[in-house]
Amino acid sequence: MPMELTQSRIQKIWLPNDNHPALPRRSCGPQLANSPTVIVMVGLPARGKTYISKKLTRYLNWIGVPTKVFNVGEYRREAVKHYSSYDFFRPDNEEAMKVRRQCALAALRDVKLYLTEEAGQIAVFDATNTTRERRGMILNFAKENGFKVFFIESVCNDPNVVATNVMEVKLSSPDYRDCNSTDAMEDFMKRINCYQASYQPLDPDDYDRELSLIKVIDVGRRFLVNRVQDHIQSRIVYYLMNIHVQPRTIYLCRHGESEFNLKGKIGGDSGLSNRGKKFAQALNKFVEEQNLKDLKVWTSQLKRTIQTAEALQLPYEQWKALNEIDAGVCEEMTYEEIRDQHPEEFALRDQDKYYYRYPSGESYQDLVQRLEPVIMELERQENVLVICHQAVMRCLLAYFLDKSADEMPYLKCPLHTVLKLTPVAYGCRVESISLNIEAVNTHRERPEEAKKGPNPLMRRNSVTPLASPEPIKKPRINSFEEHVAVSSALPGCVPQEVPTQLPGQNMNNSQKPS
Amino acid sequence: MGIFSARLNQALCGPAWLWRPCSVQGFGLEGPRRPFHPEHSRFSPPRRTGSPSAAARPGPAPPAGPAAPRGAEVERRGRSRSRPRMAAAASPARELTQNPLQKTWEPYDNGLPAGHSAQRGVCMTNCPTLIVMVGLPARGKTYISKKLTRYLNWIGVPTKEFNVGQYRRDLVKKYKSFEFFLPDNEEGLKIRKQCALAALNDVRQYLSEENGHVAVFDATNTTRERRETIYKFGEENGYKTFFVESVCVDPEVIAANIVQVKLGSPDYVDCSNDEATEDFMKRIECYKNSYETLDENLDKDLSYIKIMDVGRSYLVNRVMDHIQSRIVYYLMNIHVTPRSIYLCRHGESELNLKGRIGGDPGLSVRGKEFAKSLAQFINEQNIKDLKVWTSQMKRTIQTAEALGVPYEQWKVLNEIDAGVCEEMTYEEIQENYPLEFALRDQDKYRYRYPKGESYEDLVQRLEPVIMELERQENVLVICHQAVMRCLLAYFLDKPAGCKVESIFLNVEAVNTHRDKPENVGVDRSREEALRTVPNHL
Repeated sequence: MPMELTQSRIQKIWLPNDNHPALPRRSCGPQLANSPTVIVMVGLPARGKTYISKKLTRYLNWIGVPTKVFNVGEYRREAVKHYSSYDFFRPDNEEAMKVRRQCALAALRDVKLYLTEEAGQIAVFDATNTTRERRGMILNFAKENGFKVFFIESVCNDPNVVATNVMEVKLSSPDYRDCNSTDAMEDFMKRINCYQASYQPLDPDDYDRELSLIKVIDVGRRFLVNRVQDHIQSRIVYYLMNIHVQPRTIYLCRHGESEFNLKGKIGGDSGLSNRGKKFAQALNKFVEEQNLKDLKVWTSQLKRTIQTAEALQLPYEQWKALNEIDAGVCEEMTYEEIRDQHPEEFALRDQDKYYYRYPSGESYQDLVQRLEPVIMELERQENVLVICHQAVMRCLLAYFLDKSADEMPYLKCPLHTVLKLTPVAYGCRVESISLNIEAVNTHRERPEEAKKGPNPLMRRNSVTPLASPEPIKKPRINSFEEHVAVSSALPGCVPQEVPTQLPGQNMNNSQKPS
Repeated sequence: MGIFSARLNQALCGPAWLWRPCSVQGFGLEGPRRPFHPEHSRFSPPRRTGSPSAAARPGPAPPAGPAAPRGAEVERRGRSRSRPRMAAAASPARELTQNPLQKTWEPYDNGLPAGHSAQRGVCMTNCPTLIVMVGLPARGKTYISKKLTRYLNWIGVPTKEFNVGQYRRDLVKKYKSFEFFLPDNEEGLKIRKQCALAALNDVRQYLSEENGHVAVFDATNTTRERRETIYKFGEENGYKTFFVESVCVDPEVIAANIVQVKLGSPDYVDCSNDEATEDFMKRIECYKNSYETLDENLDKDLSYIKIMDVGRSYLVNRVMDHIQSRIVYYLMNIHVTPRSIYLCRHGESELNLKGRIGGDPGLSVRGKEFAKSLAQFINEQNIKDLKVWTSQMKRTIQTAEALGVPYEQWKVLNEIDAGVCEEMTYEEIQENYPLEFALRDQDKYRYRYPKGESYEDLVQRLEPVIMELERQENVLVICHQAVMRCLLAYFLDKPAGCKVESIFLNVEAVNTHRDKPENVGVDRSREEALRTVPNHL
């Protein structure tokens, strides 16, 4: 009987001594999805399928479930270099039908590879899949490989919503690189018509009674959910029911500089320094100037964020889940003290900062789990200012910018700087606004020796998967520079381009054409 | 305290015990037929009426809790926006003072707590919610109402259910037959309408005057007209209305529900089962003609969830806020498949022996014996697809290792974090932190250890575990004393619909249960403080 346990040094997890199959890396929660899942999108073009696919994939990767999108449109663009017109999508264009089918099959082959050999847990199969025949083929494919299938159908009959979606993401697609907007719009509408005649919506009351599915109707006004099979499907449904597409802005910042920041100590529950108080005042001015409708303000339950929020003259809400990472035995120490008193721990943390758990404390991985309800509520809300802490802000930022577990603990979140996040197309525009109050630097770079070599513990990520390189090189259309709004209207606030201010933090947000 | 707290006082959560709350099958138990009082729940957060001796609390002021009940995960503070901005800007920054009990930072204006009067902060809902059940008789409305009420109270949202049938039974003492429910029985209609109004009146009292946050209005509400009346009532009083409809056409499910729940109803005390079933089926018929289900078009502006065939599928329309979103999530995760949940603590640990709390010790010799007995017990039970969950602490993992089956580790199942008191004996806590020790005895649910956690924190942390327990079938949870108390509080909250057996596995262990001492004052003597400490090495 294997009663002897050894504690793993990085994650501080108790493991049996014998050669019991080691616990999986992602064991901070239960391993609830045993067999891989294929999520199959269903819907006419311009119904937000790619938006949902990308957003869901980002969320699942962030909570630690390796997920990747397989967009059949991209395979098609790879196969047929030049798009001429909607004729390609006509149901009577046999040549094109053959190409499209081959693209779907190629994408499914990659799905299989990802789920069976590259340790993927979830593959999102992003295509129209509007016919029962096509869905039947995918179901057979999944059955043969032992994958679970969950369908997500987006139904939208509001012509305004469809038109907006076409404007926002379709016109900038490489398919229409050489057209003017009016021509592109017209062509795309005809493209939609090509699918309309053969479209068979999911029918959970009869034909598709046995399938697991969610129908998202009119951009989240209504949902129909059928036969949720497991934990992960339940969480996907919950997530999809909480996201919305209303324009809004999220502001992330840290508390003002604290007394402990000045002394170089980590953690603790100290109050603001004089400069920290100045920042709180500057933040108040900044918030006033932004002139936002119904801004919600959230803080942690630590004194320094509450003191910062107090200066705002707005109601605010305290979340214990937003408290800074618990450094356990290292709380209230300087990095020098940690290095001297816990040299081994200090080195281990540098080896794998995402998974490293402080003795009697937390890891970034723990933090992500703790912050999941915050992300869910942020998705539900509209304008929110989150006043939080360095490690917490890194985790939140990693969600919005789709950063991998490897990058997350090194994202730059300096004091006295507000990050303004605005959802655009498939991603998030980021502006970094320094409020021009001096503060100490609390960012500790990844040590040189830890930078070498690929980290075996790295988590995959939906944009930069490590185990499976992008099937096709994607054009990156919206570079960050195009998005940096010049906010010279804000006196005292200097907008800065993030790349210069935060070197190594790639703020580019891939806008993937569908 | 309630029934199970009395049991807890007898140390039934002791290390060598195993608890098995068995979900009642089918649509479940209706429980005592009287309005539910959240105060019966030991671990629901205290509210104004049930708050223990607020005056006895030391420190500058009592915590915000009693005046503004709210979800523990979020505290709402700050100044009202209506305050003149210039004046506010000119006023000196408010000082923060740490509440000695909950260790939360609170702003003070001129020595008085500021900013959280009249702020309803439960989980970001500003106005109370009225949940209106819809459906024919025997569709599980009462089961859903009770279960949802229990869940919401447990997560810290004061909730109460109002069962119109109970009002009817109070008014018309003797039930004769289904004829009472015939649509042309004017006398019957009048009485039923009167009952509905009386219940709505109580809803208003609860939500507007007793700091309730959610009221569950449990009646058939099968006509659009009736639902409109209720919706208007909600609008007039500033409540958000959310409809929960249960639609079920499977005759077997309906029959099972009648047998399990309705035959035991006081309406049928003096009849045979066959007579009762027949009468009840006729009663359902009385509603069928006028039944108008929630409609995708006619009711498109209402917020609702329609549950089809006991959770096979759901239609969700216009979810308005955080609490509705959580209700929907919960309803989509519960199921009625028969199953058993087993709760136990790890085997006795080395620190249990020494009377020390927290830490991450291994099992004692007797603890290892318990692990073996547990393995034997589980084998004998011969449970289909049993899932085993542990915390990430050595003692639960060692216990699970003895079972020889796969298990899953949850960090959120870790024992309450005692902060600066970790690994201390109660004597040492009294020695080093006498004030903390007394505060904890005053309000153990909300007391947060310095740099540690409170039971209230623990409940928030355990919410995903409860959600997953609801989704799963047979599960054994190997956890810790405080964690198990929180889980048990969820399953035992009256009227819960859970049968509980407690099984002693015959392995001796130290007692780790410390009763609340008589004197909880901050100036009590050492001896008074330590009077209830269980024996240890």
